[in-house]
Amino acid sequence: MPERKNGDHSSARIGVYVCHCGTNIAATVDVNVLSEYAATLPGVVVARNYKYVCSTPGQELIKRDIHDHSLNRVVVAACSPCLHEKTFRNVTAEGGLNPYFFQMVNVREQDSWVHTDKKAATAKGKDLLRAAVRRVALHKPLERKRVSINPNVLIVGGGIAGIHAALTLANAGKHVYLVEHDATIGGHMAMFDKTFPTLDCAACILTPKMTTVKSHPNITLWTYSEVAQVDGYVGNYRVTVKRKPRYVIEGACVGCMECIDACVYKQAKVPDEFNMCLGKRKPIYIPFPQAVPQVVVIDPESCIEFKSGKCKKTCVEACGDRNAIDFKQQESVETIEVGTIILATGFHTFDAKRIPYYGYGTYPNVYTALEVERLVNAAGPTGGEVVLRDGHKPATVAIVHCVGSRDENTNRHCSRVCCMYSLKLAHLIKEKTEAEVFNFYIDMRTPGKGFEEFYNRVAEEGTHFVRGRVADIFPNPGDDGRLLVCAEDTLMSAVVKIPVDMVVLATGLEPQPDAQEVRRRFHISCSTEGFFLERHPKLAPVSTFTDGVFLAGCCQGPKDIPDTVAQAGAAAAEALALIDIGYVEQEPYTAHVLEEVCSGCKTCVPLCPYQAISFVENKNKAEINEVLCKGCGTCVASCPSGSIEQNLFDDEEIFAEIEGLLAYA
Amino acid sequence: MPDNKQNSLQVASPEKEAATFEPRIVAFFCTWCTYLAADLAGTSRFKYAPNVRVVRVMCSGRVDPQFVLDAFAHGADGVLIGGCHPGDCHYQEGNYKALRRYRLLSRMLQSLGIEEQRFRLEWISASEADHLRSAVNDMVENVRALGPLHLQPSEEMFPEEVAV
Repeated sequence: MPERKNGDHSSARIGVYVCHCGTNIAATVDVNVLSEYAATLPGVVVARNYKYVCSTPGQELIKRDIHDHSLNRVVVAACSPCLHEKTFRNVTAEGGLNPYFFQMVNVREQDSWVHTDKKAATAKGKDLLRAAVRRVALHKPLERKRVSINPNVLIVGGGIAGIHAALTLANAGKHVYLVEHDATIGGHMAMFDKTFPTLDCAACILTPKMTTVKSHPNITLWTYSEVAQVDGYVGNYRVTVKRKPRYVIEGACVGCMECIDACVYKQAKVPDEFNMCLGKRKPIYIPFPQAVPQVVVIDPESCIEFKSGKCKKTCVEACGDRNAIDFKQQESVETIEVGTIILATGFHTFDAKRIPYYGYGTYPNVYTALEVERLVNAAGPTGGEVVLRDGHKPATVAIVHCVGSRDENTNRHCSRVCCMYSLKLAHLIKEKTEAEVFNFYIDMRTPGKGFEEFYNRVAEEGTHFVRGRVADIFPNPGDDGRLLVCAEDTLMSAVVKIPVDMVVLATGLEPQPDAQEVRRRFHISCSTEGFFLERHPKLAPVSTFTDGVFLAGCCQGPKDIPDTVAQAGAAAAEALALIDIGYVEQEPYTAHVLEEVCSGCKTCVPLCPYQAISFVENKNKAEINEVLCKGCGTCVASCPSGSIEQNLFDDEEIFAEIEGLLAYA
Repeated sequence: MPDNKQNSLQVASPEKEAATFEPRIVAFFCTWCTYLAADLAGTSRFKYAPNVRVVRVMCSGRVDPQFVLDAFAHGADGVLIGGCHPGDCHYQEGNYKALRRYRLLSRMLQSLGIEEQRFRLEWISASEADHLRSAVNDMVENVRALGPLHLQPSEEMFPEEVAV
């Protein structure tokens, strides 16, 4: 190992600024002690504490000091660098210094907010500050690199979020690739009958947008497709999309559906997924009448031709000259280049079977809300009649809230939409059947425009509300075919047992089952519940920690349609902002080889996950392509001769930090 | 300020022997998972032991074994490395490199008389603030139970070699 260079403090003129952050920091960390201590450290010329260093006067203070005291380094002890590192780098640059002549000390998120003992928190602050002062003296001037942005956008998921984002971007003249996993776009919204609280018909407001997507010249729509691989970085992603065979040639099918009529199955026999398996479809089918694209699909699981190879293929006959049916269609792969990505992969409804005492799957008249949504829909399996499995109209209906939400045993989060959709279903069921409807709720949560008014309206219509979580559902003793719903009415302090004909379980929203795989594919994180993690819960709600990847809709967390559309618009705007400026500035944390020290051992070469390191045979040295390097530093740590340096995370800088932390005050 | 710049091993100081021993732990957290978990612990106002000092690195794969040795040599009683869960690395596989180095280094440290519990690797994702809190508290307690780290001067460790 080469001799480590000792930090040169002689030429450093450091300004240290300790932020009170109101009382956020000052209440737990003694900011006066910190700034007084900082003033004693080698190289420190000015040390101050200030109420809000990030405010305009705080920033001006730093700039003035840089000028008045000829500072050449700046240290700010304040919040997390994730929050304000950029702010203060800009201040440093505006003061006339290289923006990387700056170091941030996290004394809020990782000090004052997590400790209660002021003495210990202040001591920790001093250690962190000393480390930063030692480190910053060694900082070298760095420059951010500009990378151009490919204007094309990939949107994953064709629900209302993906559709809205796609149309916004396409209308702005950008090319959009919309990739949908199912055979049609529309997502969950297409399954809904009415939308709360206005009772707009979901199809009426959604399907025009779906057809616009299909006909839009700027949108390439790939349904029945999945993103298989994502390479590259912001502005220049290379994406591989797998297109599953639908056994029907998309360009040739005109959506006449004659093949469906002609299928050898005269009666539909296969459970229809779009109708939550309450209805049937044929092996050749279109998911629902307004599906986009209007292209049929063949389900190889149930098609006789696939199972036995001995079908009469009446569908092919019916298709005639169009020749759209192709039993030999194979999965195809498309590779596209895009600059930004919007994930709008939606949600999965909670599997009610996970709560066995509610009897879903055991008692036929226990339904999930999404099933009832299909029952009340005029295009649904019953033509819009709310009837039990035996065809009778229910006279009493119980709606059980918070199934798989706000529950220690399943999901702790509130699914946000269930109270409102339960009220909507209560209204629709009452309207269609005049049944007595009982809502069993924990709390009614109706925060939204017109939501509380809708709640009052439903209550005035005569829907009953019982405040209590349902404890059990079982057949009514006496064998009258009804179910007994048991709960504690916490307002009456009494146990209630209500016999009902139908139970509707208001199932909560969960992350998609493949959310973990998907997030890994896109290099993003998940929050505890498994929804995709946004960059900042308040200030960057549609961004992720991977630049150029944005989130829209329920993949980020449960939300209703207006919020989903708003978020989709925001994600589209974020993508547009990147595309319109045309370039992105990348952090300069890349690694480089010191040629004179490199021994040519090749240890680093296979370690790089981005193939950024090559071995130059004629020189017998390793070489790092800084365009490919993403700055993880793995090669730096591995180099036995210490010949690889990483910008801003160089060995000497980190050693200075470690030793600064441990130097006793 | 005492001079700590020499790379000599720190010999136990009498202050450290006091009954009020507070372990000094240096942590290396990756920017994308564990550092964010530590920030989340802050915004969630989770309270944990104030004994850990964090050095932020871009990836746990950046943690050079020499950083760990340097920390021990300069008086750390424990070293904690935090990275993304396997398969979750922001840089694809830097955390696997960290794991390999950790395994080797851990054995080496033990042969130098540095107990296993003083050197720890944890996978903590950005949302696992609670895990961060328990990992830190647990480590602080373990190291507190072990007491201050006494690195033996080399002549005590290898008397024969040194005598020659």
